[in-house]
Amino acid sequence: MSWTGKILRVNLASGAIAAEPLNPEWANLYLGQRGLATKYLCAEIDPACDALGAENKLIMATGPLTGTMASTGGRYSVVTKSPLTGCIACSNSGGFIGAELKNAGWDMIIFEGKAPKPVYLYVENGKAELLPADEIWGTSAWHADEWLHKRHQDPLLRISAVGRSAEAGCLYAGVMNDLHRAAGRSGVGTVMASKNLKAVAVRGTLGVGNIKDPIRFMQAVNAAKKVLADNAVTGQGLPKYGTQVLMNVINEMGALPTRNMREVRFEGANDVSGEAMHLPRKSDGKPNLTTNAGCFACTIACGRISTIDKGHFTVQNKPEYWGNSGGLEYEAAWALGPDTGVNDLDALTYANFLCNEDGFDPISFGSTVAAAMELYGMGAITKEDTGGVDFSFGSAEALAKAAEMVAKGEGFGKDLGLGSKRLCAKYGHPELSMTVKGQEFPAYDPRGIQGMGLGYATSNRGACHLRGYTVASEVLGIPVKTDPLVTEGKAGLVKAFQDATAAVDSSGLCVFATFAWTLEDIAPQIDAACAGSWTPETLVEVGERIWNLERDFNLRAGITAADDTLPKRLLKEAANAGPAAGKVNELAEMLPEYYTLRGWGADGVPTAETRERLRL
Amino acid sequence: MQRSLNIDPIKCTGCLQCEMACSYENEGMFNPAKSRIRVFTFHDAGRFVPYTCTQCADAWCLQACPVDAIVLNRLTGSKDVIEDRCVGCKVCTIACPFGTVNYNQATGKVIKCDLCGGDPACAKACPTAAITYVDADQTGFDRMHAWAAKSLAGVAATA
Repeated sequence: MSWTGKILRVNLASGAIAAEPLNPEWANLYLGQRGLATKYLCAEIDPACDALGAENKLIMATGPLTGTMASTGGRYSVVTKSPLTGCIACSNSGGFIGAELKNAGWDMIIFEGKAPKPVYLYVENGKAELLPADEIWGTSAWHADEWLHKRHQDPLLRISAVGRSAEAGCLYAGVMNDLHRAAGRSGVGTVMASKNLKAVAVRGTLGVGNIKDPIRFMQAVNAAKKVLADNAVTGQGLPKYGTQVLMNVINEMGALPTRNMREVRFEGANDVSGEAMHLPRKSDGKPNLTTNAGCFACTIACGRISTIDKGHFTVQNKPEYWGNSGGLEYEAAWALGPDTGVNDLDALTYANFLCNEDGFDPISFGSTVAAAMELYGMGAITKEDTGGVDFSFGSAEALAKAAEMVAKGEGFGKDLGLGSKRLCAKYGHPELSMTVKGQEFPAYDPRGIQGMGLGYATSNRGACHLRGYTVASEVLGIPVKTDPLVTEGKAGLVKAFQDATAAVDSSGLCVFATFAWTLEDIAPQIDAACAGSWTPETLVEVGERIWNLERDFNLRAGITAADDTLPKRLLKEAANAGPAAGKVNELAEMLPEYYTLRGWGADGVPTAETRERLRL
Repeated sequence: MQRSLNIDPIKCTGCLQCEMACSYENEGMFNPAKSRIRVFTFHDAGRFVPYTCTQCADAWCLQACPVDAIVLNRLTGSKDVIEDRCVGCKVCTIACPFGTVNYNQATGKVIKCDLCGGDPACAKACPTAAITYVDADQTGFDRMHAWAAKSLAGVAATA
């Protein structure tokens, strides 16, 4: 229960659309969303396939609590093989379309094959059809959204769409939904565009009523909502500052990667911080931030709704960017700001708007621009390559121009759309790419937060903070404070975070709730809603099973233990300032213990015993 | 004392907890499409506005109903739909100037806010107190309070 029990299978090549029952045994082993969609993907594609070939599939999946009143219960994930990393890709998004899909009666949609011509999928409860998308192909995700609402005369449609960057082959294009929420990482939008699938438009009016024990569910939901409201992070910090509450905190501890991770502190951090977003600007006296916003069912509401100063050079004579839209989250602000050395809040907000409008990941984009700036500084990239743009660190003009070029896949934007790894290789300096398995780093320097180094190295989708956010423990003391500069105990910490997060990502809930919730708060909500018995222990087991299944996919795709590493810069070049000054990331001290705790051999492969224990 | 739903859009985050609480209370499931209260997003302005029936004292819907299926609840002041009497003619949906009475194609009846009999679920579910349930004669209280605070600041500045 709580699952609708129905999957929509869409063959883009033939146009055949069919409903099929959800595999209940798999739901019991993998819960939903990330876990369950990964199970289906692993069963249906060869992990060694070409990510952008017709043989790859793309799955949009909800969790059992998606569409319910459980706080944050509006998530969905897009799962496919990544063109950026060659690994499993699983990108999670909030907004409203996940809940809409559930309200239309579907747990997930599996897209297979490639459409002969651009199409979009229209879903109205039990009805689903592929319709021509010629009129919106070659336009932004924002334009597609507007066009679809008009075309169907339905303001209540919820829409996921790809932008021009995805169509142009940018390898880190995401799937945008509800204008400014994104399944952002690992190029899931690139895969969607490669299938000639422009958008998915959903209208669901059936409701989500399949709750096992409604009275117990509402009690658990209300108790959990109170935990979020009473917690300082989820009740005050995130609503007021969003994730941007971290900018000054991480800078203070010398773990804010700066100028392509050459440095660990940014002198302009405060200019682009959550606090700065509240300050009135000189031109009109208004702050960057208009309000905070919640995704479906979310009682935290960390989302930022912002404007750009109308007089700023990025938007002069461009009234289409003068209104409110999705503002800066911490990771985006870091990649667009400190990592490129740009301290201009309006320029960052503009680049962020373009990332949303044309659907590309601001983390990978910012990091790739940072790499290009380092290459430019050393002469490996010249104005001849950049179309005449001065790509010096700190140039807001270069950042804005880069965003415009990547959005449309024009000029040097083609190179930037390759991502940092391919860009640095193309220009002769692969060592300057700050990536793991081809995916760019987020905003925590692993020299100053040791556990994050192990987390990045072992993340199943390449460098990522959302696979195991040990920052919670190492910086914020959640659930217990650990010393960010030591390696002892970090293998166990990373594993615990990775497993718990995999379970949360499979439930329909948001991982940000775990700033306040433990699995003790989450399990009763799942157990009251879903068939079967769900305890914190079963959730950890499900999470560990998912982690190993993802690992298995990557191994079959050709990834090996040699890929569980970090760029040389983080292993050899010491942090230059702050509490971590003189330190590198001591990955080698943590990795063997991690493999042992995981039940993997020294080759990083799950042992037969582990596979059997987890019923893989 | 009668109470009214009091809506402060500035506090709304657009999370739709109210819509789910409403549909759960009235339909037994989480279904924003069947909610009697709706949250509207004004994207360019960056604002979210919940809107529902204001329970007009002299209610157009009640007056227009040809079968007396909408009646005054004397305890709460709400105008309630008697489902057994409603014939689904939709005249009330035309009569209401605010659009807050709507047809439900699943049942063939109309639905509107009935203040949950005096304990509205939307107000209880709202995480930011954007929706409250207050003395019907004092819905301006918070705004008066805010202006009073401003005038106090003015007095302090000139003192």
